[in-house]
Amino acid sequence: MAELSANFLYAAFLIYLIAVPVFGGAIRGTKGAKDGKGRWSAIGITLTIFGFLCHLGYFIARWSASGHAPVSNMFEFTTSFGMMLVLAFIIIYFIYRLPSLGMFTLSIALLLIAYASMFPTDITPLIPSLQSNWLYIHVTTAALGQAILAISFVAGVIFLLKHVDQSRPGKKTFWLEVIMFILVTTVAFIAVTSAFRLADYKAEFNWVDKKEAKSVMIYDMPALVGPHEGELLTEGAMKPLIELPAIFSGRKVNTVIWSFGAGLVLYGALRLIFRKRISALISPLVKNVNLDLVDEVGYRAVSIGFPVFTLGALVFAMIWAQLAWTRFWGWDPKEVWALITFLFYAAYLHLRLSRGWHGEKSAWLAVIGFAIIMFNLIFVNLVLAGLHSYA
Amino acid sequence: MKKVKCECGHVNPAGTILCESCGKPLDDQKSLLADMRYDGSARRSQTYNKTIVDKVWNFFSSVKVGIWLIVITLAASAFGTVFPQEAYLPPGAQPDTYYEQQYGIIGQMYYLLGFHHLYGSWWYMLLIASIGISLVICSLDRVIPLYRALKNQGVRRNPVFLKRQRLYSRTETELSGDAADGLRTRLKKKHYRVREQEGSILAEKGRFSRWGPYVNHIGLIIFLIGAMLRFVPGMYVDETLWVREGETAQIPGTDGKYYLKNNRFTMQTYNKDTEKKVFADAIDRAGNGKVAKSFTTDAVLYKREGDIVFGEKPKLKRVKENNIRVNEPLRFDSYSVYQVDYKENQLDQMVFQLIDQKTKQSFGKLKINLLDPDTDYDLGNGYKVQIASYLPDFYFNKDGEPSTKTKVPNNPAFVFKITAPDKPKGEKSFVAIQQTVEGSESNKYKLKFDHVETKNITGLTVRKDLTLWVLAVGGAIFMIGVIQGMYWQHRRIWIKTGDHEVLVAGHTNKNWFGLKKDIEFVLSGTGIQEPADQKELAKNQA
Repeated sequence: MAELSANFLYAAFLIYLIAVPVFGGAIRGTKGAKDGKGRWSAIGITLTIFGFLCHLGYFIARWSASGHAPVSNMFEFTTSFGMMLVLAFIIIYFIYRLPSLGMFTLSIALLLIAYASMFPTDITPLIPSLQSNWLYIHVTTAALGQAILAISFVAGVIFLLKHVDQSRPGKKTFWLEVIMFILVTTVAFIAVTSAFRLADYKAEFNWVDKKEAKSVMIYDMPALVGPHEGELLTEGAMKPLIELPAIFSGRKVNTVIWSFGAGLVLYGALRLIFRKRISALISPLVKNVNLDLVDEVGYRAVSIGFPVFTLGALVFAMIWAQLAWTRFWGWDPKEVWALITFLFYAAYLHLRLSRGWHGEKSAWLAVIGFAIIMFNLIFVNLVLAGLHSYA
Repeated sequence: MKKVKCECGHVNPAGTILCESCGKPLDDQKSLLADMRYDGSARRSQTYNKTIVDKVWNFFSSVKVGIWLIVITLAASAFGTVFPQEAYLPPGAQPDTYYEQQYGIIGQMYYLLGFHHLYGSWWYMLLIASIGISLVICSLDRVIPLYRALKNQGVRRNPVFLKRQRLYSRTETELSGDAADGLRTRLKKKHYRVREQEGSILAEKGRFSRWGPYVNHIGLIIFLIGAMLRFVPGMYVDETLWVREGETAQIPGTDGKYYLKNNRFTMQTYNKDTEKKVFADAIDRAGNGKVAKSFTTDAVLYKREGDIVFGEKPKLKRVKENNIRVNEPLRFDSYSVYQVDYKENQLDQMVFQLIDQKTKQSFGKLKINLLDPDTDYDLGNGYKVQIASYLPDFYFNKDGEPSTKTKVPNNPAFVFKITAPDKPKGEKSFVAIQQTVEGSESNKYKLKFDHVETKNITGLTVRKDLTLWVLAVGGAIFMIGVIQGMYWQHRRIWIKTGDHEVLVAGHTNKNWFGLKKDIEFVLSGTGIQEPADQKELAKNQA
């Protein structure tokens, strides 16, 4: 069952990978015959649905293998977040039929699945506090809510790619390029991690943590920075250049440095090859989109996603927290960041409905909103210690 | 201020922008499009600004202020996650030194500025309270005008009103009876409610979604009230209870009404050999037998019978026996008892052997209950042991004298008096197990440590929270309101015929794409021009 599940996930990944250029074809086909566009889109959405079914197959097979919903660690959650993103796209597609949305959303979903597989993929048994049906009720609803909200980010980026004038460098082109750089860095992180994993690189350290206890830390990448009072045990492994204070996890900081380094190299190479900003490079893909329609898609995604997110990440979360942790609310970092996400989208809705923040302003807000969601997923789990740090 | 009478005859309250009935502008607005917020009804905050009440009202009724409050709260909340809050410090950590030690000067600043209990600080409470006030006033300021506008809206609208809608078209044609019938059928097919008056049609759907924001704000207000109720005495109990296996303890917070007996506490861990094979890798990674599988207290709940008499043992009546597990609290009355902590293998009984130091001959064993030790132990044949002094948690105090830190037997030490047939006056012997002191060398007899028996202690949290149902009601109303407001739209289509022309206008509070598609469908085949998006036109001209 576990193997079947893994194969389903590969299949889903491959199908999404094929669907991206197909949607690309649907966008480019606009100049030719009208049916051409329709046919490309139809193939694209069929592939997407097929990929989604495989993705769902992964989910169900893994569930049946472990006996619990596969949403209990970083790999499982991120993978199902990707699945929800595709589901959200399928729903929105049938309302608005925008092929460019498919191309960008599936790219993000691919990044999410690849990013997820950088974490341990073992099927883990559940610790007592997770042994509850609320695990899947709370986590899947929250993930679905976040995924629908993420669609507004995709729509926002499409909006900005078309709207921001690439011939005049300024704040807008800079920040749009920052988004592109972060996406490139994610690719770089995946590439670097996979490369060292293939090479089976390991470097073991003895170190002293912040409670002044001695422990062992294993690096999967050559150590540029070493852990606090680190002592390299593996022969032939690279010696760290700098030693970190005890409050940092050497392994994590090292990974971040490698990813950003590789991201800079990759980004620089792309700039050298194409001699223009990446956002300028891909903006022709969106030149035919109707800005008002994309704006509405973004808003619609927030208006559908906001209630789902509230239900999953706050209401169900509180019910479960009352059962498992004796209190419905305890200001745990994850809880606080869910509240921040809620407040942020509440502000988005009020700005839009009452202050008339449409179009570009709304698109930037959608980008910030997604940044908050990703911060809550990655940073809060991996860096801020709390009850949700299970990766 | 005076009421304003429109040319259509409707009397509007002061401050009205568009006539409530026909929509004719009552002020001289020059803009191309009508301000359709609250359908141009009078709002208190836009009409009065004289007294202090007006000013406070106007301040809090502003959505701009509301958004600022949200953004400030959001930023403050984020700030509280920079370092762990006081409640999440490791056990035993002192906040005044912890932050500085762990995070240096920034950590100390964080502590000194009070950010270590940010969410309980007066200013954070004030922010939340301001959001609450803003919610109430914003809602009141808008809900009444909106109600008036939607209730009074006429079917026949002033042509100026239609012209100033975002979707508008004018077609020079006469509408035949058949075409009009077709219009009506198609409107109804799209679930519009159609009203007609002298050649004018008002088709409307999803009006109830306009109430969504007010419903969800009411839900939030109830939720915030529920959160405040916690501070009312008697509404909220949060106590900790430690019970040793085999013991019965009064449940704190229940006014001595309930008792709980811990029959047994068990902790299970995941073992590679007994779990499913798919878990093998993960268990290996974390360490075999290292990951917790379950914490269970086999508990019996008792209720006290009769009145409390001090000094008398309470009469207990067994209510039920239940396993308390994480995620499965024991519930009774309005209380819940949760499994939250444990201590395994706590010293409980200690067994000694009385021996002759030289010959190692044994004269029998004695078992000491470390929590409630007997004083005298008769081993027979004239051998007796008496506990002269018992220090359950032994240490040397400031004056260098043996003393006990607590009443918990963490480090038991005894002074025994041993009487034997050949030592009728008795020998005194000091025994401290962890210090491996087993009496003095000069004595004839010695109490040799044999073994200990341990027990587990379960750590439980006792909670009563009578505010939960208020929060649940608030949360439910909020969810209903949000869904009502977000998943439906209030769409209106006006069609005005006569004078050889047909005017069509449309308005929705959101999702214009859907409204355009509706109108396209409704007008198909009638020859009436599809309404243009005047906002887009204006943009293209500019």
